[in-house]
Amino acid sequence: METRFSFGGDEHLLCECSEDMSFEAFFKAINSVEVIRKSNTKGILEVCGGNAAYLVKFDPDLVHPDQLLETVKDLELKASSRTPVIRTRIIEVPVYYDDPWTKKTMHVFRDRHQEPSMTDLEYAAKLNGLATVKDFISMHHNSPWFVSQVGFVCGVPWLYQLASQENQIEVPKYVRPRTDTPRHTIGHGGCFAAIYAVRGAGGYQMFGITPMPIFEPENKFSYFNGEMVFSKPGDIFKFKPIEEDEFKEIELAVGKDNFEPLIKQVEFNLDDFLKDIDGYNRNLVKELYAN
Amino acid sequence: MQIEVLESGLAVSIQDLGRIGFYRYGIPMGGAMDRESLKIANLLVGNEENAACFEAPFLGPKLRFEDHRRIAVTGGEVSIKVDGREFRTWEAITVEAGSVVEFGFIESGARLYISVSGGLNVPVVLNSRSTYTIGALGGFKGRLLQSGDLIPLSEINVDVDEKNRRLPFNLIPKINEPTDIRVLPGLYWHRLTSASGESFFRDAWTVATEADRMGYRFGGGNKIDFVERKQPFGAGSDPWNIVDSPYPYGSIQIPGGTEPIVLHRDAVSGGGYFQVGAVISSDMDIIGQLQPNKIVNFVKVTMEEALVARRQKNTRMDQIRQILI
Repeated sequence: METRFSFGGDEHLLCECSEDMSFEAFFKAINSVEVIRKSNTKGILEVCGGNAAYLVKFDPDLVHPDQLLETVKDLELKASSRTPVIRTRIIEVPVYYDDPWTKKTMHVFRDRHQEPSMTDLEYAAKLNGLATVKDFISMHHNSPWFVSQVGFVCGVPWLYQLASQENQIEVPKYVRPRTDTPRHTIGHGGCFAAIYAVRGAGGYQMFGITPMPIFEPENKFSYFNGEMVFSKPGDIFKFKPIEEDEFKEIELAVGKDNFEPLIKQVEFNLDDFLKDIDGYNRNLVKELYAN
Repeated sequence: MQIEVLESGLAVSIQDLGRIGFYRYGIPMGGAMDRESLKIANLLVGNEENAACFEAPFLGPKLRFEDHRRIAVTGGEVSIKVDGREFRTWEAITVEAGSVVEFGFIESGARLYISVSGGLNVPVVLNSRSTYTIGALGGFKGRLLQSGDLIPLSEINVDVDEKNRRLPFNLIPKINEPTDIRVLPGLYWHRLTSASGESFFRDAWTVATEADRMGYRFGGGNKIDFVERKQPFGAGSDPWNIVDSPYPYGSIQIPGGTEPIVLHRDAVSGGGYFQVGAVISSDMDIIGQLQPNKIVNFVKVTMEEALVARRQKNTRMDQIRQILI
């Protein structure tokens, strides 16, 4: 897998680890990002990790772009010798699937959808070869998901399913993007799930909603540990289906800062994962629910 | 010490030079779309270049001052009235306690920068006072100005010498029409057919009405054609889709192959649309001054040309500092 480097104007270097999404590409990107950040290279202002790429923002008054490119290539080579193992956390994220709010928004924008006569869930179930919406929802929350990129606006996590490629959910985005999406919608586009951190425009199919905030500019929630953005690349999310009662309970608890998501520290080893995906996932979930 | 907002203007926000280091969380740099005009506005009233100012697209706010201050208005051309008396842009103006400042509709350019000696003293959030409305952070309560707002000012009025600072006429930026916007091709440029690569730089593009702090959209050029390929896994089925990736500021995406969008200071930090390259840093300010329906030519440059343009812009700013400080 060879990285393609290309300048984005005179202040950015795009490093595309692979055109295709894969766990290997993600690990190459996240390891390179870490090594570049720690290098404290003169002129580098920020490094943004992506699903299968990363972006280096630099100040060309401080470092010539050619020099920067050489430095980044060297650092990436250094990063490639690292084993694809990360210490991370697994987090249970409650999701109210097929909820009334995303349904309402869905109906407003039916004319922008591939199959206006179906709901987003019905459409996704059909495309992924499942007989019922219920089966699709099970497929969505049975395997854990990996935060492979954070950003868009206000810390939206992109989530890559911990499953073999043939078992990963894939759906196209809306034909034309919506101008509105409820805050905390669980969306899906291409092979990625996402959680909309704030209300706004969006093109992902809408499957449900979580009562758990993932962006908080005023530092109101203790489970953010002082951060403004909850998600970190490498986090593992496990969705837990909930119904309206529990949704409202959690929402109330969040408002009083009484909500504490279930979080455990885990190690993720890519080589072991790829050897036995189902077994590895079972162990991850076991670790999440162990006392 | 404060300013009372009597009328809100159109989408007026508070901006400084922005915040670096949070793009990786999806919180963009923000800050003035036309950074040079903000710096000049500040220098005219004796502020630090990074002090927070009002950024007013098209129509400025109507403001009442509680105490004696100096202000300056840069960016576009506009008529300024202080208690009914006309004043000019690009020079320091004295405002007495109780005075009312108001503006006409913008005559050229797209954004006004209104500095106040001492600076607008809203809280610093993530190293900046800039408003990021999508995240409801920075600026005044994380939102655009509304009438009735009371905007705090620094206690200290820095412009003690009240020098009659004025930007010489020859240094006032002028925007030619049609406007050249220099672009370094790259990023996912290889997705274009060679014919589309040529038409992109040959065609005249028109600024669309959807043009804001997040991005400027353009229309009117030929539809872009793509080199055929099997779409990469995870990218989505449309030829303009890529595996979602971080977006550079200034990068030009063309969803659907029809309407280029240049991401600006409040850019979304990533997404799944290919980009043909990025506007060079020295031309980003110009975009912030483009009104809808203006004609633009994207001009192809090399990295070396981009760096020369950047140095020229830095030199020009040094010259301005020497005159104004």
